[in-house]
Amino acid sequence: MEKFGFSISKGRQIDYEANDRRVADFIYEREPSFRLCIECGGCSATCTTGNLTKFSLREIHILIKRGENDKVREDIKKCMLCGKCTLVCPRGVNTRNIVMLAKQAFIKSDEYAV
Amino acid sequence: MQFDPFVIPFNIGLYFILIYVVVRSIIWFRDLSRPDKLRLQRGFFGIAFVQSLKEIFLESLIHRKILKTNLRLGYMHMSLAFGWFLLILFGTIEADIFGAKHLNAPYKAIFFRFFNPEHGRIGFEAAYGFLMDLILAFVLSGLFLAVSKRLWSGVVGMKKTTRLKTTDKIALTSLWLIFPSRLLAESFTCGAYNSGSFLTGSLGSWLASFLPAQQLAYPFWCLYSLSLGTFFVLLPVTRYMHIPTELFLIFMRNSGIRTGDKTGSFSEVETYSCSSCGICIDACQLNFSAGITNIQSAYLMKAIRNNDDVSEIAHNCLLCGRCDQKCPVGIELSPIRMIQRRLDEPGNDFKNIYKGYFRTRQTTLQEKPITSVNYDFLPGTNPEKADVLFFAGCMTHLTPAIKNSMVKILDASGVNYSFIDEQGGVCCGRPLMLAGQDKEARELINYNSQMIWKSGAHTLVTSCPICYKVFKESYYLDVEVLHHTEFIKKLVDEGTLKLNFLRKRVVYHAPCELGRGSGVYDAPKELLKHVSRLEKNKFEDENSLCCGGSLANMKISSQKRNKIAQDAAAELTKDYPDILATACPLCKKTFSSATDAHVADISEIVAEALIEPGIKKNIIKQNSTIKELVKI
Amino acid sequence: MSKHVIVIGGGVAGLEAAGQLSKAGIEVSLIEKDSLTGGHLNNWYKLFPDRRHSSEVKAYLDGISLNDRIRLLTGTTVEKFHRNKSHFSIITDKGKELSADAVVVATGFDLFKSEKKEEYGYGIYDNVISSSDLEVMFRSGKIVLQNGTVPKTIGIVHCVGSRDEKAGNLYCSKLCCVTAVKQAIELREHLPASKVFCFYMDMRMGGAFYEELYREAQEEWAVNFIRGKVSEASETIDNKLVIKVEDTLAGRPLKMELDLLVLMAGMEMSEGGKKIATLSGLTTGQNRFFSAADPHYGSNRSNINGVFYAGTCTAPMNITETISHARAAVSDVMDYLKESN
Ligand SMILES: Cc1cc2nc3c(=O)[nH]c(=O)nc-3n(C[C@H](O)[C@H](O)[C@H](O)COP(=O)(O)OP(=O)(O)OC[C@H]3O[C@@H](n4cnc5c(N)ncnc54)[C@H](O)[C@@H]3O)c2cc1C
Ligand code: SF4
Ligand code: SF4
Ligand code: SF4
Ligand code: SF4
Ligand code: SF4
Repeated sequence: MEKFGFSISKGRQIDYEANDRRVADFIYEREPSFRLCIECGGCSATCTTGNLTKFSLREIHILIKRGENDKVREDIKKCMLCGKCTLVCPRGVNTRNIVMLAKQAFIKSDEYAV
Repeated sequence: MQFDPFVIPFNIGLYFILIYVVVRSIIWFRDLSRPDKLRLQRGFFGIAFVQSLKEIFLESLIHRKILKTNLRLGYMHMSLAFGWFLLILFGTIEADIFGAKHLNAPYKAIFFRFFNPEHGRIGFEAAYGFLMDLILAFVLSGLFLAVSKRLWSGVVGMKKTTRLKTTDKIALTSLWLIFPSRLLAESFTCGAYNSGSFLTGSLGSWLASFLPAQQLAYPFWCLYSLSLGTFFVLLPVTRYMHIPTELFLIFMRNSGIRTGDKTGSFSEVETYSCSSCGICIDACQLNFSAGITNIQSAYLMKAIRNNDDVSEIAHNCLLCGRCDQKCPVGIELSPIRMIQRRLDEPGNDFKNIYKGYFRTRQTTLQEKPITSVNYDFLPGTNPEKADVLFFAGCMTHLTPAIKNSMVKILDASGVNYSFIDEQGGVCCGRPLMLAGQDKEARELINYNSQMIWKSGAHTLVTSCPICYKVFKESYYLDVEVLHHTEFIKKLVDEGTLKLNFLRKRVVYHAPCELGRGSGVYDAPKELLKHVSRLEKNKFEDENSLCCGGSLANMKISSQKRNKIAQDAAAELTKDYPDILATACPLCKKTFSSATDAHVADISEIVAEALIEPGIKKNIIKQNSTIKELVKI
Repeated sequence: MSKHVIVIGGGVAGLEAAGQLSKAGIEVSLIEKDSLTGGHLNNWYKLFPDRRHSSEVKAYLDGISLNDRIRLLTGTTVEKFHRNKSHFSIITDKGKELSADAVVVATGFDLFKSEKKEEYGYGIYDNVISSSDLEVMFRSGKIVLQNGTVPKTIGIVHCVGSRDEKAGNLYCSKLCCVTAVKQAIELREHLPASKVFCFYMDMRMGGAFYEELYREAQEEWAVNFIRGKVSEASETIDNKLVIKVEDTLAGRPLKMELDLLVLMAGMEMSEGGKKIATLSGLTTGQNRFFSAADPHYGSNRSNINGVFYAGTCTAPMNITETISHARAAVSDVMDYLKESN
């Protein structure tokens, strides 16, 4: 393949069909407020973790929704569940439960070796 | 007549339950930890034993605490429990003195009238018969209330009545049948033999006037025996197991055994001691404000007994502790809920009724696996040296009025202090613990502990009751931990802080984690009395409401939180105080968005009352360390 | 016999309604709780979208409303509200009884109380002000910080108290985005040395010539727009403000030092309106504004026959919309009076 000058590495675009959105579905089902996020960044602005490291709850929300789980899987471990994000969210998103559920979903999907 | 086959169901039931309770108690005892075993042994031969007997009499029989909360409900419980107890006691004595011989088998006492149909026509016998009828009437009056409560909940003053499962229904039916069938059996026999006192006698002669009493008596004696037998056999798998269990609980508790943070005999005994009285349901704001009616402690206890999946119930709770305070059995409900949060979800279910009789340790859940966390990013700790550390807490950073007031007060006090999380600190760890992730929380606890140690301070002051509780209970620190209300109170008492009196009417809302959670009720109130006119309200101290903002509830929607906050604020501001005061940034924020009343933290009120305002203004220092720590 | 209508509220909507009613030969009593008519317009400096001076609009409104068919009752509020079939009687706080054949409610809006969003520090930090405070500064011609110096970096926070469940307001106030753009331009105009940053969640430029104003702000006034909700502000020792926000488009948290922070406070049902609602039994919606009888063809009618709405007491509106709404109310009133004859 290489001689044709392109690699088979994943493209930059979100492959919507191929991506696994079961983690998102798992959360939607248990925490409907997950749908309410408008990606305003209030949560990630106030977040202590987000200010110390490359961690953004807002970004985690959108990545899970698009099925881009790989980055999230590691990043989400940094959340301290402190709840500041819940307090500032203008949409009333139950952010802490989303973090809990996402972690749970990842454990589950690890068990089934996705 | 010495024996009749109809007593067999009763006999089976009685011996079954006696043996069962003994075996179960042995298992419970065996499963206790060694120190707890010692405690129990010591308790059994000590003063605890006497205390327990007294408590059993007052609580298990008289139901004093329920009587205090709700007179009619208390009467219902008392007449059934105490009445039944009297019936057995006096029945046994009756059989002993009036029966054919002394020391009879229990059935002789229970079915005394059957075996002695003509008893009680004259003199002392008649008087004794009158007493027995009176006790039966007492029990029946309680039963009448219990039935009405089921059919039209509200009669006994409860807003909600606990829901039942099928075995409970069968057991309940047999329980309901016991006393009416006894009444009818005795009445028919009395009617046929022209004996009996004011109740059985009169009812009997009236029934005999148009019914064949002689023939009808036997079927009712059978029914009486059968309902007793059924009730006893089903007892261990129904909520009525609380009757024998509570006795065991009282002994254990008086011996000094506590729930702790893991499943074990004691928490199991507590779970089985719940009488489903429903008082916790009435106390719960999720019930009366937010319309969430399936998670209250009574339901949690039932779900645990049934081995249901409790994770949703366990997490959908404010852990406000209102139910702990009200539970007449004294079950440590929040610790039990916390234990459930730490447990894994059930894999296979074992709702097998036979296994229900012996729920051993093997069938209980394991602790959930540690969810991996990664807090490597936390910056190195390098705190300033100081005598007093001020840890505002995450939430306080969203309530700058509190933060600024504390800085003003600290400045005015002249103490050598350092504001350690000025730039936003690392979480205290309690929110993780409330989510059942204690092990994960340990990392944060260690991090903060280091920082506190290194500072060399002797006092740690925090504005947030959530932090306060965890600093006090789960950090092993060599410093005095004070909530800012306690700290300010100390400064005022010492004469370091001088405050004006503000002519304002103030109502105080005690935050859950500070009040019920940590037992700090007086310092905030005394401080308020010192600077303002503190008004009384219906919800004080142990009976304080929850603002609804609690971090402990992982499930509740923000609308429902808001509803709780609105209702609570409306209650507190009924008399239009100038200020709704609290001592927690989270309470303040939650109330502020739910009421138009002026909500303020005590620190703000104190800062306003300061006679000498702060000397140096010290809010955010330039070039603080965290800026360089951002590694992106 | 000529008909009599009571108009409650003497802002843009009330003045326009009263003026149009009087033109149609109706006797009007106009009740205004303040000592001056004009409502919020009195505070504004220049108006979007064309930045004409607000006094021009006020002059127009005075022109149509100062005539002898209109009895002005300023400094007056309503204490009692009675309805007897098609007859209304209102008792004022001064004890005066007024009677009428119809009522127009034009009680307007209140500005969201920014101190409720404590994390922004309004009323706590010296240099956090609201959009309305800034208008007043423009009118006074002095844009200075508390300590008298001129601000160099200025932040504007959108959606303060609107689109915010925590503030209890789910709706969008509709004109704060364009107000922010207008004020950003004016700040740059007054203080050419300053830098201005708008922090928005969405730029809602739905009105006529709004988007053009937005382009102008970028092109001619070099206003910076950063997409992210400001989560909190704090104050430094030298009196600067530090805000925390995520630059969501860059995907990174952003920390910025500012001299002045302007909060685009939203519009809420007014206290005066709430009082009228309790006195009269007029219904309000989930957003607490008066609820119209029909969202499409009955936005001026209420649940009480003979009581009509005009202006921002029903929803956030700009002045153009407020004036149209008031005229439409008058048309409904005229129909009603004809029918009930
Ligand atoms: C910051 C800001 C800037 C704005 N800038 C512009 C702009 O540039 N261009 C533009 O087109 N629009 C602008 N608007 C919108 C404009 O202010 C409104 O459209 C207009 O003020 C609405 O008029 P109104 O009469 O409905 O309400 P209001 O102006 O609120 O008037 C209501 C009146 O009723 C009175 N009242 C209330 N209750 C009672 C009672 N119970 N009894 C007696 N009197 C009562 C009040 O005192 C008040 O005078 C702006 C809005 C804001 C918030
Ligand atoms: S709960 Fe997690 S995501 Fe939210 S502010 Fe705290 S650390 Fe950040
Ligand atoms: S604050 Fe709320 S709405 Fe905004 S990005 Fe975070 S979760 Fe989404
Ligand atoms: S937990 Fe306590 S209060 Fe609740 S039903 Fe059981 S015994 Fe009653
Ligand atoms: S702790 Fe509070 S919220 Fe939880 S069940 Fe008890 S009363 Fe209800
Ligand atoms: S108009 Fe703009 S600033 Fe105002 S509420 Fe709507 S989106 Fe927010």
